[in-house]
Amino acid sequence: MKGPYREGIMVKPYERLDQDQLKWLDEASLKILDDPGVWCYNERAAMLFKSHGAKVWEEKITGSTCWRVSFPAGLIREAISKAPSRLVLGARRPENRLLLDAEVPRVYFGSGSEANVWIETEMEEFVSVNDGNRKVRVPRFKELRGTTSLLSRAARLCEQLDHLDFFIRPLNIQDPGINASNHDVNKFFASLNNITKHVQAGLTSLDKLNDVVRLAEIVAGGAEALRENPMISFITCVFKSPLQIVEDTADKVFAIVESGLPLVISSSPQGGSSAPIQEAGMVAQINAESLAGITLTQLIREGAPVLYGSVPVRARLDDLHDLYGCPEFNQYNIDCVQLARHYKIPSYSTAGVGDARVPGMQALFEKMLTHLYMAMSGAQYIHYAFGLLDRTNSFCPLQAVLDNEQIGKVKHGLRDPKVSPSEMDDVLKMVKKVMASSHRLYARHARKAMHSGDISSPYRFETKGMEDKVIENALNYMAELEARPADHIDSAVQDRIFAEVPGILPQLKQS
Amino acid sequence: MDKQELLEKIAFNVVQGRVEAEDEGFDPGLEGQPAVVELVKEALNHGIDPKEIVMESLTRSMEQVGEKFERNEYLIPDMLASAECVGVAMDILSPHLMKAGVESKGKFVIATVAGDLHDIGKNIVAIMLKGAGYGVIDLGTDVSADRIVSAIQENQAKFVGLSALLTTTMRIMEEVVQKLEQAGIRNNVKVLIGGAPTSAEFATQIGADVYCKDAFQAIDTLKSLAA
Repeated sequence: MKGPYREGIMVKPYERLDQDQLKWLDEASLKILDDPGVWCYNERAAMLFKSHGAKVWEEKITGSTCWRVSFPAGLIREAISKAPSRLVLGARRPENRLLLDAEVPRVYFGSGSEANVWIETEMEEFVSVNDGNRKVRVPRFKELRGTTSLLSRAARLCEQLDHLDFFIRPLNIQDPGINASNHDVNKFFASLNNITKHVQAGLTSLDKLNDVVRLAEIVAGGAEALRENPMISFITCVFKSPLQIVEDTADKVFAIVESGLPLVISSSPQGGSSAPIQEAGMVAQINAESLAGITLTQLIREGAPVLYGSVPVRARLDDLHDLYGCPEFNQYNIDCVQLARHYKIPSYSTAGVGDARVPGMQALFEKMLTHLYMAMSGAQYIHYAFGLLDRTNSFCPLQAVLDNEQIGKVKHGLRDPKVSPSEMDDVLKMVKKVMASSHRLYARHARKAMHSGDISSPYRFETKGMEDKVIENALNYMAELEARPADHIDSAVQDRIFAEVPGILPQLKQS
Repeated sequence: MDKQELLEKIAFNVVQGRVEAEDEGFDPGLEGQPAVVELVKEALNHGIDPKEIVMESLTRSMEQVGEKFERNEYLIPDMLASAECVGVAMDILSPHLMKAGVESKGKFVIATVAGDLHDIGKNIVAIMLKGAGYGVIDLGTDVSADRIVSAIQENQAKFVGLSALLTTTMRIMEEVVQKLEQAGIRNNVKVLIGGAPTSAEFATQIGADVYCKDAFQAIDTLKSLAA
């Protein structure tokens, strides 16, 4: 299947590392993989590494068996060179597909996490204690447990957010009818049935992969059609930092790679606890983890479609929680994007997370700091960018609407400069014309740029009075978006899914 | 092209904001086709009554533009483009209208007051007023109170618009009002003021007639004064 794809935004990558620094980090990662190597808790993975020349020996650690793996640099380098530099993430609507090319800094933004809490926003009116005639409307927030119905609502809303390019389920479903055996099919179905963009999630139960793949095959129109247009993909955090390969996640990596669908190899060490806090140490370690994870995918199946995932965060030094909205976060992540580009593997990166628990000034600060820098880095696939609050613990649809506006402005700001000989000809004519007029105003000549979309609009939620009504305005806009009709899977196809895929909650069927 | 077709084409091009053939319009693909200047000249060559051009093409089309602006379909540059079309058309038509004994809606002297070089707002107001059919005498920027008063006297203007962007220059507006009184013509002219530091309170304080926050309010004010 050839184009079209979502446009994303092409940037000129901002890079922090010079060629020497890049080389030192790359070499340090390979040295780490050689010594001390990794602690692999999955025997099949350890044996696979061994069969390809890694030094592997068994160790008993606190009652569990572990295989220490020391990787020769050549093994890693060869495997990494086999990973495709270009891959397509499919979508229900062909025009929503994504083309990820490690050598092309086209940036896409999407949602992320699997938050337990949904934050609902309402405006409430308060009266001044000094003057009963003075009233203000203030946002109030309510926490709800994540459910399939709320996940469906999130997907429907995200369908309407024009700057959201892909959908990672942002909410953990916790309905009474949901258990480990039907979690996967319900989260994928609730997502796919309400959004026509690419859908990505982690896999809860290995033995449900076949059901999820079958579901997607029915939607795509068959097994071959799904591989050609992979409208779903998976996230696997195969490393528990520092440097430990997780047993069950490694099993999932085997199964997903064997299914032929794309996956992310991701790692999320915390600088100051599970990784060094210093930029050099953090990046060397997370890069080692990502390289070893990607090596595993290529040893399972050469050419397996994989994203270089990296979510390095810094610890708060007052409570050791993650600290996302800080300068070090950008430094770590920008370096990782540069390394992924160096290895020619599309980059799965992160932006838009902070400590703020509700929408407001703090959230805006934390999100803008990373939305802008990470877009500038040229990462192909930036997740976590919509609606997350309280680090990654809450999803707030109103925040997703605010983030959409912010990301739209970031994308606009990073557009290619329109400076060309024909532009210059137009400019020179315009200057002469305006200077020959009595009023010397360029306003009339702004129209062409204005109507072509070259000129951005003012902040959608601005307030002109002396009160800040951004949240109220965004809430009204969200109501408009949510009133738009949803684009569900064809009803006959839904019937087929319900007939062939067990465990989907009946209330998720949509007419 | 027959008369009706020509009048409609002029109106269409005003709505499109196309002064000359080389201009782009609101809709794509119009560049190179005759625009307001070419069409008005053609209409006059065909012997079409200039009053008809004003009424059938210019006035009606500006009403449409106003409606589009109200509906947020048009933004300020679109309004200005259309107003500029009407202004240019009026320049071409004025001698013909005068010959026919038709007068403009009234002469309007406009200036940025002494000490102040800011003219964007003043220019926008001038373009819009010209487009609305007023005879605009634009004195430019940094204009002394004496020169403004002389221009009003020379042109027997019914309206004067004073603009200032600086808190240090807005006081000159008061001087203009005082000089109009000293010249004994204060009651013959309506004084409109505008600019970022000014306000309705300030207008009252200095004895001006009206404060206008923008060009649209200026036009509305003039309409209500004429009613």
